[in-house]
Amino acid sequence: MTGANSFSVSGYGPERARWTRLFARDSPARRLDWPMLLSALALSLIGSALVYSATRNRTELNQGDPYYFLVRHLLNTGIGFALMVGTIWLGHRALRNAVPVLYGISVLGVLLVLTPLGATINGSRNWIALGGGFSLQPSEFVKVTIILGMAMLLAARVDAGDSVYPDHRTILQALGLAAVPIVIVLLMPDLGTALVLVTIVLGVLLASGASNRWIFGLLAAGAAGCVAIWQLNILDEYQINRFAAFANPDLDPAGVGYNTNQARIAIGSGGLTGAGLFKGSQTTGQFVPEQQTDFIFTVAGEELGFVGAGLIIVLLGIIMWRACTIARETPELYGTIVAAGIVAWFAFQCFENIGMTLGIMPVTGLPLPFVSYGGSAMFAVWVAVGLLQSIKVQRPMSA
Amino acid sequence: MTNIPATGRTPRVQTRLVIIQILVLSLLCTLGGRLWYLQIREGAHYQKQASGNHVQQVVQPAVRGAILDARGVPLADNETRLVVSASRTELLKQKDDGKAVLTKLAGVLGMDVEEVMQKVRLCDSKTPQPCWNGSPYQPIPITDEATPKQALQIRERAEDFPGITAEPVAVRRYPGPGKSNAAQVLGYLSPVTDEEIQRAKDTDSPYLRSDMVGRSGLERQYDRELRGKAGVTRYEVDNLGRVIGKAKSDPAQPGSTLVTSLDARVQRIAEHELDKAMKAARTQWDRNTNRRYEADSGAVVVMEAKTGRVVAMASAPAYDPNVWVGGISAKDYRALTGKDSNYPLLNRAIQGQSAPGSTFKVVSTAAAVAAGYDFNGKYPCTSSYSVGGQVFNNFEGESFGSITLGRALEVSCDTVFYYLAHTEWKKDGGINPKKNPKDHFYRTAHQFGLGKRTGIDLPDEVTGRVPDRRWKEEYWEANKDAWCKTGKKDGSYVERIAYENCLEGNKMRAGDEINYSIGQGDTLVTPIQMAVIYGALSNGGTMYTPTIGKAIISPDGKRVTEIKPKSHGKLPISKATLKMMDEALEGVATRGTAAWKFAGWPQDKIPMHAKTGTAEVYGKQTTSWLTTYTEDYTVVMTISQAGTGSGASGEAVRNIYSALYGVQPDGTIDKKKALLPTPQKGLPKIKPDGSISAPKISADPAKELEEAAKQATQQPTQPGATPDTTPDGGQPPATTTTPPTGNRATRRRARRGGSRRMIA
Repeated sequence: MTGANSFSVSGYGPERARWTRLFARDSPARRLDWPMLLSALALSLIGSALVYSATRNRTELNQGDPYYFLVRHLLNTGIGFALMVGTIWLGHRALRNAVPVLYGISVLGVLLVLTPLGATINGSRNWIALGGGFSLQPSEFVKVTIILGMAMLLAARVDAGDSVYPDHRTILQALGLAAVPIVIVLLMPDLGTALVLVTIVLGVLLASGASNRWIFGLLAAGAAGCVAIWQLNILDEYQINRFAAFANPDLDPAGVGYNTNQARIAIGSGGLTGAGLFKGSQTTGQFVPEQQTDFIFTVAGEELGFVGAGLIIVLLGIIMWRACTIARETPELYGTIVAAGIVAWFAFQCFENIGMTLGIMPVTGLPLPFVSYGGSAMFAVWVAVGLLQSIKVQRPMSA
Repeated sequence: MTNIPATGRTPRVQTRLVIIQILVLSLLCTLGGRLWYLQIREGAHYQKQASGNHVQQVVQPAVRGAILDARGVPLADNETRLVVSASRTELLKQKDDGKAVLTKLAGVLGMDVEEVMQKVRLCDSKTPQPCWNGSPYQPIPITDEATPKQALQIRERAEDFPGITAEPVAVRRYPGPGKSNAAQVLGYLSPVTDEEIQRAKDTDSPYLRSDMVGRSGLERQYDRELRGKAGVTRYEVDNLGRVIGKAKSDPAQPGSTLVTSLDARVQRIAEHELDKAMKAARTQWDRNTNRRYEADSGAVVVMEAKTGRVVAMASAPAYDPNVWVGGISAKDYRALTGKDSNYPLLNRAIQGQSAPGSTFKVVSTAAAVAAGYDFNGKYPCTSSYSVGGQVFNNFEGESFGSITLGRALEVSCDTVFYYLAHTEWKKDGGINPKKNPKDHFYRTAHQFGLGKRTGIDLPDEVTGRVPDRRWKEEYWEANKDAWCKTGKKDGSYVERIAYENCLEGNKMRAGDEINYSIGQGDTLVTPIQMAVIYGALSNGGTMYTPTIGKAIISPDGKRVTEIKPKSHGKLPISKATLKMMDEALEGVATRGTAAWKFAGWPQDKIPMHAKTGTAEVYGKQTTSWLTTYTEDYTVVMTISQAGTGSGASGEAVRNIYSALYGVQPDGTIDKKKALLPTPQKGLPKIKPDGSISAPKISADPAKELEEAAKQATQQPTQPGATPDTTPDGGQPPATTTTPPTGNRATRRRARRGGSRRMIA
């Protein structure tokens, strides 16, 4: 597959110079969703400032180099951006053919994590160390491949015009496809990612037009599953503690409740305009653990205040709003399902991540899209943006 | 973009996509709302928490200001000691609440394990001293007398002594220059309580947890000035307590220096003379009670007559003020406050009160003049005075014929005042008084400042009491139930008194006013009140508010705030009367009741004035009073249960004057030996660096003086000087040329009603 191939559907002759074509009326560049793209870029750049603020004094983490995390965050953003461009270039339809392979690789990845190759961080066996200080979090990519895989299965017959809605068999297949990595992720155990995946499944099913019985049945099954997990003591102690601390943050301010308390103090003390970048005492004093990753929003809250933290929420909102619009406006069910799956993913992850720093959600280890430090997560969300852009760009013209 | 493609756009999917979009929007709005709530609505609260989080305070205690005498000799200052403290919070973290550590510590310090345990327990209503009444979060001092070796042992084996620290700390010291003590005047310190911290929180001089607070005496009165301000450095710290920045630094401001009007030498002599007089009294036989005098407590005040400045103030029994330093032990505390302690913490010069006896007659004389009696009129000084079948005797039944008021003062004739008081009582309507009785004798007492505080710069001064009609009414209201219950018409003495009090205790009876006129009965005065009155008689009638503080000098010596003498009124007598009374009181010292103790005094050079008093206390031996003044000083001494004023205190008071003026045993004046021939003027010299120069002071001025006197008396310089022992004055007077006159035994007279107060 080549770029020329993927762009050929736009109807422009190959004789025109690529530059002119790129910005001509109705050109792919013109049809890119710029608000989404710029929002994602802005978030990544804000994120790099916040990551720098949170890590420049953490000598035990940055190996004496205050720019260690900043440089890496920018690098990750660059790689992510490139992945997005590549995704657009290839196009989501072209990628559709590669979905089985990608899905397989990603599932293999999460399986590898369970082997001695995996590394345990914060009680979760979630990583594959690549050596040289690099590591990979395959569960981030599973988020993408689950969406693509389910979309491929569910949309195949509908997009072919064979049926209006996916049939039960297809739905069962799709659920089976999702269940495999979800179970593996739960075994890690990475409850946060598992919840994201479940939410993605729900979003995908909703968008696929599966009957209400499936939706409510799945919700009921999910609830039953939660009760079962609780009753069977499948959760590790640290996970139970997180829920307990969520229910009552004053329970053990030195222990489990510490994170949430300090996070809330950091955000609350920001006020309207914040302490100023690099001037937050909570951040400088390193009172909030995991601040460059899961608790990055507290840096924004403290140093940028309501204005800055609110801006992050607004930018995330723009991305999701645009994604929703794309889902509604794309003609193929495949594109709709992919866009809706990404919306479900982003929405849940944003709400959970910001919500836990604000004390309205229990603490789980989920990064804030674009903003948190972390390569795999960054790559995954940029690929998602690439998919969304591709869906928008490759939409057939009305003409 | 408006077209709806045929495929994939079923209404069901479309609706669900809209639902998803709305759901996303509402989730984001939830986040925004919560963010607003935390940052805008609760922002201030979290800002406070954040600053509490990352700011650590390090407190440098301020060095407390010194208390100096008038010449700059330190009466209270600081010294560096090795203090071993225990942190309760650390101890309680240990398995056995730190018992093992404290036991080990007691071993190192050579202390009793139990004593150490007691020191770290917290005070409450059920826990007696010793206990800790400061904050439980503050290190509790266990000893301030650790040796460097002990401190080193603790510090080098820090892991064996978790929660224990050994650090040099500036602690208060009362050096007692020249063996002076002045414990009750100086007061003491103890750790600040939680309540005090709360109360002073929003004032401009808040307390710190580690502060010591003045609890009595000058330490309490001038606490704010002496305390200074602790330095606080606020460090920003990170989550592990590592310092990441210095937020604010207020250096410690040392306390100001208090210069007092006390003179350490005179103070020592006053204390020594009081002690000596009390010891001497205890060797004397009291014929009325058939036992030796108890002389259980006493006080002496030496005051500048023209300013009210206190040169010396002693109260017996005394105690060593250094027992408070570094926390008081249980034994010491019991010795100071227990039932058998006789309460040495009381400053009896301002907190001891008793009937004034005949020293009160200056008030009665003034009252008589105010009532219209001629000072130089003749009034019968009979041996007894009877009212309605009750006989009031003159002292020892003496009679002097018809005499003037002045002469009545000199010889302390009681019957003259009985007559005057009784006559006035009758004029006021007797037992059923007129509507607005004149009550000259009571009104005058109030005008002399009795019954209220003098306003001396010491805390907890007592008022004394003028037993006027209002007081009688109030007292009867408060006690009539008890009196009426126990009173019996034909019972014992106490029961009869109660019966009478029940019937008419609210009324001013003839006997009440008669007794009152010579300073007996329910009247109560303090030595400082008498000093103010006799000082005013000396200076022409101005009652000065007594002061001990003379100036407050800032630690750098640049700011000097003088405490100026203040008057709080004039004696209610004319200049002419004052002059005649002055003459009469001089007569007391030259030919009256005190003359036998002031024989050979250089009266022409230093005119001495005196009044003796012997106050009765029901169930106890008599209280002796001697009030004296010269041109510059007034000296008042009182000893409880010690007999007569002149007998018990004459010698001591004379010795104090001799020391002040340099009067030698032979009556000559040696200016070189005079300690303070005129009151100390000005303040001690402040050196350029802000420190205050102090003159050298001999090890014991009192001993020196005695030595000198002994040498002088060994060479008979005065013809006719014969050692004289008086019946009740076994202490050999320095010199006596005239035989003792009168006032040699205690008085007993018929007394009715009222309650009897002992010296507190």
